[in-house]
Amino acid sequence: MSLRTTPFHARTGPLSEGQAWRRWAGYVVASSYELSHEREYHAIRNAAALFDVSPLYKYLVTGRDAARLLDHVVTRNVGKAKVGQVLYTPWCDAEGKQIDDGTISVLEEDRFRMTAADPTLRWLHLNSSGLDVALEDVSERTAALSLQGPNSRAILQVAAQRDLSTLKYFRLTSAQIRGIPVTISRTGYTGDLGYEIWVDSAQAVPLWDALIETGAPYGVTPAGMLALDVARIEAGLLLIEVDYFSSRHALIEAQKSSPLELGLGWTVATDKARYNGKDALDAERRRGPSWQFTGLTVDWDSLEKLYAEVGLPPRVPTQAWRMSVPIYDPGGRQVGYATSGGWSPILKRYMALAHLESPSAVPGTQLRMEITVEHRRKQATAHVTPLPFFNPERKRA
Amino acid sequence: MAHIGGGATRYDAIVIGGGHNGLVTAAYLARAGKRVLVLERRPRVGGAAVTEEIFPGFKFSMFSYVVSLLRPEIIRDLDLPRHGLHILPLESTVTPMENGDYLAAWADHDETRRELYRHSPRDAEAYDEYGRLMHFMAQAVKPILGMVPPDPTSFAPGDLAALLRLGKHFRGLGAERLHALVKLMTMSSADFLDEWFETDVLKATKSASGIIGTFLGPRSPGTAYVLLHHYMGELDGVFRAWGFAKGGTGAVSEAIASAARSFGAEIRCDAGVAKVLVRNGKATGVVLENGDEIAAATVVSSLDPRRTFLQLLDTEQLPADFVSDIKRFKFRGSSGKVNIALDSLPTFTCLPDGAGGKLHRGAVSISPSLDYVERAYDDAKYGEFSRRPYMDIVFPSVIDPGMAPPGKHVMSIFVQYAPYHLNGGWNDAKREAFGDAVVNTVESFAPGFKSKILHRQVITPVDIERITGLSEGNIFAGELALHQLFFLRPAPGWAKFATPISGFYQSGSGTHPGGGIMGASGRLAAMRILKDRGVGAR
Repeated sequence: MSLRTTPFHARTGPLSEGQAWRRWAGYVVASSYELSHEREYHAIRNAAALFDVSPLYKYLVTGRDAARLLDHVVTRNVGKAKVGQVLYTPWCDAEGKQIDDGTISVLEEDRFRMTAADPTLRWLHLNSSGLDVALEDVSERTAALSLQGPNSRAILQVAAQRDLSTLKYFRLTSAQIRGIPVTISRTGYTGDLGYEIWVDSAQAVPLWDALIETGAPYGVTPAGMLALDVARIEAGLLLIEVDYFSSRHALIEAQKSSPLELGLGWTVATDKARYNGKDALDAERRRGPSWQFTGLTVDWDSLEKLYAEVGLPPRVPTQAWRMSVPIYDPGGRQVGYATSGGWSPILKRYMALAHLESPSAVPGTQLRMEITVEHRRKQATAHVTPLPFFNPERKRA
Repeated sequence: MAHIGGGATRYDAIVIGGGHNGLVTAAYLARAGKRVLVLERRPRVGGAAVTEEIFPGFKFSMFSYVVSLLRPEIIRDLDLPRHGLHILPLESTVTPMENGDYLAAWADHDETRRELYRHSPRDAEAYDEYGRLMHFMAQAVKPILGMVPPDPTSFAPGDLAALLRLGKHFRGLGAERLHALVKLMTMSSADFLDEWFETDVLKATKSASGIIGTFLGPRSPGTAYVLLHHYMGELDGVFRAWGFAKGGTGAVSEAIASAARSFGAEIRCDAGVAKVLVRNGKATGVVLENGDEIAAATVVSSLDPRRTFLQLLDTEQLPADFVSDIKRFKFRGSSGKVNIALDSLPTFTCLPDGAGGKLHRGAVSISPSLDYVERAYDDAKYGEFSRRPYMDIVFPSVIDPGMAPPGKHVMSIFVQYAPYHLNGGWNDAKREAFGDAVVNTVESFAPGFKSKILHRQVITPVDIERITGLSEGNIFAGELALHQLFFLRPAPGWAKFATPISGFYQSGSGTHPGGGIMGASGRLAAMRILKDRGVGAR
């Protein structure tokens, strides 16, 4: 038994130079296609990168009460969303602790597509009793590509033979690419100008070919998860099981987080009568969350000094790391922990995403991050940096 | 403090020249609260780091075309990514050989080793050891780049302390590495590489990097140390040393200019400076070519040393020995540039499939043998351009598609040697003959290349001088030769950005450490000025 491959594997498989694959939701996807992810990263910021994001869980929620169901489950206000809109949203348990995060696409007034990182069908079922709603897991039936980068619009406009300049950030539209019906949403996980293209799995390969052929003169580059990981940290976007634990997988209370503690306060609606976790989140909002999820920039001079002490030039993690790293205040008290970090090639900064006790999370606060230099634990100075680290105008323009 | 010249002035500092170093100086001064005015003679900022659309739809880094050592602290301090800076990696180098084979250095270490093994199993192993040594050497030299050069003849406490630090630093290297460093500083790159490798094409390609911008050949002593530059960038956590700026090198200048403006600096183009105004040995402002006078107590020239001291000032304002030092400072421009708009990418016979696209993503070096490169120098030594020149070729549009219309390409050919002092002088016919020599040489390695050319621009050292103002067309604002570096750049006793005129400073590539789109000179000059003149003081 091997893990499953995605509908694009006929194309992505032969591209893999180093056979570097990563598991994602029971599938394998490329870590990087080339031996190093460097060029794939730069394609995201400079031209266009093409990611296979098919392993996402996808659900079709339809029926008269579809919006009511979703509004009950997630923290954003789905009822107020218009057809053609896409919402990024977390969803919580009754205690207001985050279960997962994903997107909801409003396809029609009574037809929604929800994406999730974890299987969510049962949770939707549990919440739908008495409602006139149909749930369908379309994870396998629907393949998805993410085309990200400054040239993504130019490529899609040629591929779909239409103007996309009016398709705003977090909006979607139906289109045809070489006769293949697709949904194009202006969404992504890179913090750049970018689109996700949703297609029937049976048409996956011809869609890939169309985008690669159209994109070639614009520098389209197939890219894997290593490049994506660097970009999503630059964009300040959190990752489940890395930056936070699903409250449904947590073994102890301390492993759980609320959206308010994760910097997602903006996604928690204040104008909804009822939804899972509302009372707890309202109360938390009133007293203020005890934790904040924010950026940290490691000060270069400090890093250079720590390495110079052992006679080495500074080393920076060129691949993003995913582990828990203690953060201290200048007095040496631990005030939090970083969960993702790495070197930003475009910003020339060592950045990290961290959970900090609220009083220590004020932008500019000087803290210390543990780093291991030649087998010894040291502390480099770092300062709190608002997210995102990188936020080009083209993302929303 | 009394205002010199009486009356209030609008500016604390005037920076002459809007090249990248002038802009860096201006940005740092403005960031410290100074009211700064940058005066640029051309209609656009950038100096030799400019991107221009020479042919409709095709953009070229007209002169300087790669970014190697742009200081990461400048990128961070000035927040340049927010102002549009993005450095893209230049991955590989392929050298086509005259027997139809090639030598490649790929991005991946194992691939490069395997490739070298094909030529010489011994060299494949030596390559790693060589890389390790160069890494150490670069580490040894790197602190010097960020240091204001101390004056070895001075007894001032600051100089003595800095010399002591430097002495300790070198003693700390240990005997073996100190010896290697001395060798690097004295040998020719060909001799130095002979100690390591047997593959001629490898030595030719590596040594070629040691001659760029100099009027020396690979067998000239003193060319070895430039080999270090290739290892320097790795120390900054930049991953790879060489890169392209997205949007061309002009985008680097634009980003720095945008940062400077965000700190409040004013940048005026089409504003050539005729003279620096000096009263009682102190700078008081400038007079523009149009006759306008602008007052400021601090004036900074980012022009090269010859223009800074012999053109902007009258020589009687300066000590006679200093004037003769500056007059002796060598420029001797030796390189040209050919910019080409292409209908499609050329096919090189040595690698017809372009190694799956990798060839065109990196540099193509026309340096098939040491003799080839040395012969190219021989032509120049006797006043001719090389009939078969050394060339460093890149295709920026492959990495940054925005440089050309979709599917089309731009090609940048750095050419050496093209001596500034050509027998009989440069004229239009000689320029085109030089362009033909370049194109014909490329054609010999890539048949059919000529038929793909949509447009060509040939730039000689005389053109470089005319357009950018760089004396004798020297791309480094003064030769990067050992006798013109560190505390000797541009003149003994005057390497610390100050000049014999109080309030008049220098910040261009003609000062330490100089060379390339590095910005270190501009930054160090700003630091010196802020130290002398006070931060935020009016």
